[in-house]
Amino acid sequence: MSVRAIVAKPWVWSYVAAFAVWLATIAFTGGQGAGGVLTAALTFGTFFALVAIGQMFVITLGPGNVDLSIPATMTLAGTIAMKAMAESDAMIPVGLGLALLTGLCVGILNFGLILLLRIPPIIATLSSSFIVQSTAIWWNRGLRIKPPPALGDFATTNVMGVPVLAVLVIIIAAVMHVVLARTVFGRSVTAIGQNQRAAWLAGVKVERIRFLTYVLCALFSSLCGFLLASFSGGAALNMGQEYLLTSIAVVVIGGTSVAGGFGNVPGLWGASLFLFLLVTMLNTYGLGAGPRLILTGAIIILVIVAASYRRQRE
Amino acid sequence: MGAVVNPRLLRALLPAFSLAVLLAAIFWLQPRTMTYFGLNLLLNLAIPIVLATIAQMFIICVNDLDLSIGSYVSLTACIAATWLNDEPVVGVAALALCVLVYAGLGALIHIRQLPSIVVTLGMSFVWLGVAILVLPTPGGEAPEWLRGLMTWKPEFVPFPIIASVVIAVVVHVGLMWSPYGAVLRGVGGNARAVERAGWSLLKAKVIMYALAGIAGAFAGMALVGLTTSADANIALRYTLLSIAGVILGGGEFVGGRVSPVGAVIGAMTLTLAASFLSFLQLNPDWQIGAQGAILIIVLALRVLINRAEGRR
Repeated sequence: MSVRAIVAKPWVWSYVAAFAVWLATIAFTGGQGAGGVLTAALTFGTFFALVAIGQMFVITLGPGNVDLSIPATMTLAGTIAMKAMAESDAMIPVGLGLALLTGLCVGILNFGLILLLRIPPIIATLSSSFIVQSTAIWWNRGLRIKPPPALGDFATTNVMGVPVLAVLVIIIAAVMHVVLARTVFGRSVTAIGQNQRAAWLAGVKVERIRFLTYVLCALFSSLCGFLLASFSGGAALNMGQEYLLTSIAVVVIGGTSVAGGFGNVPGLWGASLFLFLLVTMLNTYGLGAGPRLILTGAIIILVIVAASYRRQRE
Repeated sequence: MGAVVNPRLLRALLPAFSLAVLLAAIFWLQPRTMTYFGLNLLLNLAIPIVLATIAQMFIICVNDLDLSIGSYVSLTACIAATWLNDEPVVGVAALALCVLVYAGLGALIHIRQLPSIVVTLGMSFVWLGVAILVLPTPGGEAPEWLRGLMTWKPEFVPFPIIASVVIAVVVHVGLMWSPYGAVLRGVGGNARAVERAGWSLLKAKVIMYALAGIAGAFAGMALVGLTTSADANIALRYTLLSIAGVILGGGEFVGGRVSPVGAVIGAMTLTLAASFLSFLQLNPDWQIGAQGAILIIVLALRVLINRAEGRR
């Protein structure tokens, strides 16, 4: 691949931006903590990237497709798993299984509503998220149960500054990249996003693919909820809150088309690292929460405006 | 056969019917709510939600979606509880600036053909950030006149009902009856046809976004009038509630098919859904879930009505 071909990839810019922000941070500290910042970025970027993979597949299905139930699914899966495991190492497989089962159920509920009520996915996932969130509140009862010791250790282990979880999610991302680019399922998702009717005429089983995509997204959300609860010492009712807008922001900054039909996985990691490093940089510069949020928002808008100029040139 | 009720009429009446059923259930469970003060308490918090839903409806009417209305209402609430109280001139100027930014967003989205969902997503961070700058810690104080208005007790009819009716009628007349309102709705229905007929699409989008900004600012002011103080996160859940309210009221995401009266009713239904469960003396944990369930039930009824229409 020539340099030109690499630069033309929409996802390259998220890495360039992440690297620039990292440089700006360590330039300020005079090189101190350069490695520590990267470790932290990998740790927290892991959770962003994991939910964003699912959201990216959903958004690639085309206009109107977006999953608003991610935060509720994360909370419910984390809550159920922590309660079931009751701090016992032996129960870890059961907890993981229950978390994924939760995701499966939410995915089926989401698509069931989309198909049966013929409503836009945004409203279907919105109404189901209300119910899922209530279930989590009811099941949790305000308790904060710690994860089993072995799981907690696993979730917070770093090997030479690289978090084990990050390695796991990088592998997952690599697999999903192949799934998107090389498998019938991935190509079908892209085809539906480009032109649903053409895809249907070409023999793509549109409803089945959409079903699988929503289930996939819910599964990733539940896995993220499980891992996040293990990492942060228990499930909390507001643990998924920031992941709704962040998951969409990561997908957009990562170079996936919001109009659907053009997804990519590598950009998700770049955008996740970028968003975390940006917050770190602004913290290092001593800015409070206000300016940090304003800049985050301004950058999201700038990215989408820049993308519109690129689209115009092509 | 004339015996079958016209499905189109049925669909138009569905939001009002849902609200009536919910209200009847609450009256039956707790007859004391049937009084002036009961209704006042029950519907008080509906006013800001109604206004936020109207704001969302303006955006949905032109086929866009606003993910920032919750944090925008939070910001205007913060401005109302600080500057509008201390320095009314500064407060009014700040609110006017917010509306101008909204109008500018409409222009940006139209000129660059951007997806509104992403632009407003970015703006939701911006509004929240500004709100934190305006009011770093929860507090502030509602202006006297605002508190007076929101706690006003007119004779016979509770204020929330009067306010809702006035909002519904004003927006309905402006958007559904006025000639230019038809043009504005046409932008959502068939933008090219509107453009060929010589109307400026840019102007229409700017107006709709500005109207949303105005309604959102009123929502923030109404909220502060009720709660007497504000914080930067006070209205974040309005984003999702307002979308649900518009859809519940018979609006659709595309085609400029919205209903101001329906949106007001939808917002009131969602407000009541939350209190319905507390009257059932069931677990308060399910309050949010009840809103979801009612949304699903009403949408399912709409599907049934549409099917009946399809068979005719």
